[in-house]
Amino acid sequence: MTEVPISWFLTLSAVLFALGVAGFLFRRSIITVFMSIELMLNAVNLSFVTFSYQLRQVNGHLFTFFVMVVAAAEAAVGLAIILTVFKNRSTLNIDDVDTMKD
Amino acid sequence: MDVVLFLVFAIIAVVAAINVVVQTHPISSAVSLIGVMGSLAVLYLLLGAEFIAAAQVIVYAGAVMVLFIFVIMLLNAGAEIKRGRSIMVQLLGVPLLIAFLGLVAYFVERLFPKGVSVHFGEFTGPGDHALHGFGSAQAVGRALFTTYLLPFEVTSLLILIAILGAIVLARKELD
Repeated sequence: MTEVPISWFLTLSAVLFALGVAGFLFRRSIITVFMSIELMLNAVNLSFVTFSYQLRQVNGHLFTFFVMVVAAAEAAVGLAIILTVFKNRSTLNIDDVDTMKD
Repeated sequence: MDVVLFLVFAIIAVVAAINVVVQTHPISSAVSLIGVMGSLAVLYLLLGAEFIAAAQVIVYAGAVMVLFIFVIMLLNAGAEIKRGRSIMVQLLGVPLLIAFLGLVAYFVERLFPKGVSVHFGEFTGPGDHALHGFGSAQAVGRALFTTYLLPFEVTSLLILIAILGAIVLARKELD
């Protein structure tokens, strides 16, 4: 057996996505929540590349490329927002950033 | 051989991803996330996506994670304070997650029959079949500059806006 079933790649992608969701929901540090989002984006990229392989179409690679570009832009803006929040409130805990709740 | 390669890097990816979620210090999470991205790059190579594997290492593991670690060090972020969670969450969380993933694995297995499988180097071997060079920088570049030319140009605009936004957000207030 030298061939890997394609379903293993998709299952791995689902596992990574679920771990990203768990981190997003359970962590309390803004930076770690942000890293969980990156983990979810990576899991989706793996699905795109796997389907691209299965369908023998290069389009999935292009979508992965665009997801990477958007993730890089999102990381730059998001980290700038984190810097601003820390400057104004001196905390990185998401439970302490609750102005919109009041 | 391919199965061993897949299993080694899939296990590294899953263990590192669990480490991202359970570590309390942001730096440990960030380094684990670099591990996830590196092993995903190897899996992309296994799927014949050379260009995407290179971009994964350069853009994600290189640029984005350096930005993360830079901000963690700039803000001197310490370990997270543990909050007491409800008994229900502590007892049921992990078993329910495992049950959910088991169901997902079962249905994915059902949907994708055994016939479809991946083997390494399918598009790079000798012979000139139609799919030769699939996933190489040449093939991806051709699609990028013909079919996807408009999204590609819009992407440059997006990055310009992101740069301006980051500068506006992070600079000192002009009082």
